[in-house]
Amino acid sequence: MARGGAALYRAWWVPFLWVGPAIVAVAVWGIFPFVNTVLLSFTDAKPLGGGGAFVGLDNYARLLDDPDFWLATKNSVLYAVFAVPLLVLLPLILAQLVFKKIPGIGFFRSAFYTPVLASMVAVGLVWQNLLSDQGPINTALGKLHLIDDAVPFLSDSTLILASAIALTVWKGLGWYMIFYLAALANVPRDLYEAAELDGAGPVRRFIHITIPGVRLTMMLIGILSGIGSLRVFTEIYVLGGATGGPGGQARTLPFYIRDAALDPIAGNAGYGAAISVALFAMTCVLALLAHKFGSKED
Amino acid sequence: MRVAARLRGYGRPRELVVRYVVLTLVLALMVGPLLWQLLSSLKGDGEAIFGDAAGLIPREPTLEAYQTVFDQAPMARYMLNSLIMCALTVTSQVIFPTLAGYMMSRQGWRGRKAVYAVLIVSMIFPFESIMVSLFMMVRDAGLVDNLIGVWLPGAIAAVNVLIMRATFDAVPDEVEDAALLDGANEWQRFTKIYLPASVGAMMVVIINSFIAAWDDFLWPFIVLRSENLFTLTLGLSRMAESSLGYDVRIVMAGSVISIAPILILFIVLQRWFYKGVAEGAVK
Repeated sequence: MARGGAALYRAWWVPFLWVGPAIVAVAVWGIFPFVNTVLLSFTDAKPLGGGGAFVGLDNYARLLDDPDFWLATKNSVLYAVFAVPLLVLLPLILAQLVFKKIPGIGFFRSAFYTPVLASMVAVGLVWQNLLSDQGPINTALGKLHLIDDAVPFLSDSTLILASAIALTVWKGLGWYMIFYLAALANVPRDLYEAAELDGAGPVRRFIHITIPGVRLTMMLIGILSGIGSLRVFTEIYVLGGATGGPGGQARTLPFYIRDAALDPIAGNAGYGAAISVALFAMTCVLALLAHKFGSKED
Repeated sequence: MRVAARLRGYGRPRELVVRYVVLTLVLALMVGPLLWQLLSSLKGDGEAIFGDAAGLIPREPTLEAYQTVFDQAPMARYMLNSLIMCALTVTSQVIFPTLAGYMMSRQGWRGRKAVYAVLIVSMIFPFESIMVSLFMMVRDAGLVDNLIGVWLPGAIAAVNVLIMRATFDAVPDEVEDAALLDGANEWQRFTKIYLPASVGAMMVVIINSFIAAWDDFLWPFIVLRSENLFTLTLGLSRMAESSLGYDVRIVMAGSVISIAPILILFIVLQRWFYKGVAEGAVK
């Protein structure tokens, strides 16, 4: 029990030499900005200076009447509604597929992980070309006579969102697969053998053994991918262009915060801060929902 | 039949064949886009990329597109800027979280609980919900359009302190007790015992910070204005929007350049990458 005990004669200020830089940095760049965001949201501060007068709850009142805000909120919520179930389920299937150590499995695992490593901009540009009107996906669909005209993946705001969700999911699969691989290793093997002896097929084993066995990991991934969905910016920027789809129709909340707050000419940081507070509130709601959902199942 | 005999241990042959078929289909889905990107970037000027005439494999593979990227866009400059960002971030993310993580794993000093609380609270706020405020802070510091302004807010992350602390926690007390008997002071114990024991975790922190800095887009996009300061992701997206973007080969070459270094790192240091995911999950 010698671990750092009082017997080590450490002056009271010595520990702060060690933790000081880190603690100051996370307080200044991790906590203060949120307090500052809340304060900003009661002002009309401009991103490049000027403004900053107290305007009370004006920004929040404006928020409630702003169709662009509600559109961005809708887009972000829809994003989570579709991306979360896909990111909870598909990586589990993927993990199940690569769990068994058969020859060459290391190669497959690594290959499935590759999209995780690439920057969203780089893979987004690839997808943008794959999905363009004359791109290979439309060409293939045309060759199969499934479509007469190109599917406007990148010019219809709903399809931009759908394409962006597909991109998010594709890029996230490998990441969450690793979470599940770790979780699967903790599911007792003999449960499977017993079930197999009882005549349970692969689907039933999956539902009755695998899913309960990795439930906590599913919860964790649900929360992480939900928060991730509310943070989406780059997918929309690369696939839908700098405007965020035609007329900004595919903008997510972070995208709208960028536009509303930080545009050098028309930006209003105070208003953007109010949207930021709303975004944070949504993150909290999501985490609380997941928490409630998770504890109920126990 | 030795192969068949060896494979017998992996389950029924038919099941095994089905498994490989499914694996290959998923592989096509996961790696296909990246392969298309690589092959398109190797096509020559006269070769079709789109439409019925386009083949997947370039008929006469050439590095022309790569030549053009470096000639017509400041690609080397973008890469240099990204490398500067990575160097700064990796350095600060290794040094300070290691020091802090060590002291957080020591018991019995006043203020430890409060420091821990600050670390945890700092991880609650998603970047996107504080980026307006971060921009104002960077602006007030006069660091807009400056690489230091890109680096500073992400220079030290609480999660890395926690990762390092977990590693130091795992060092058995007996090792330290022995060093204490030898009369080693705290700094000596830290450098001789704890640092060597934490090399693995440091690798994880290095890799995570490097990739985060290399791949980041939104924050550099907000802070940087001048093209000669653009990081690779920023330069790439700007290039795709410019007239160079009309040539898909060039855009694909650019994105290969962005992905390749990370991929090489991954191949060389694979085991640390997976370890990183597990450590990150602690968060």
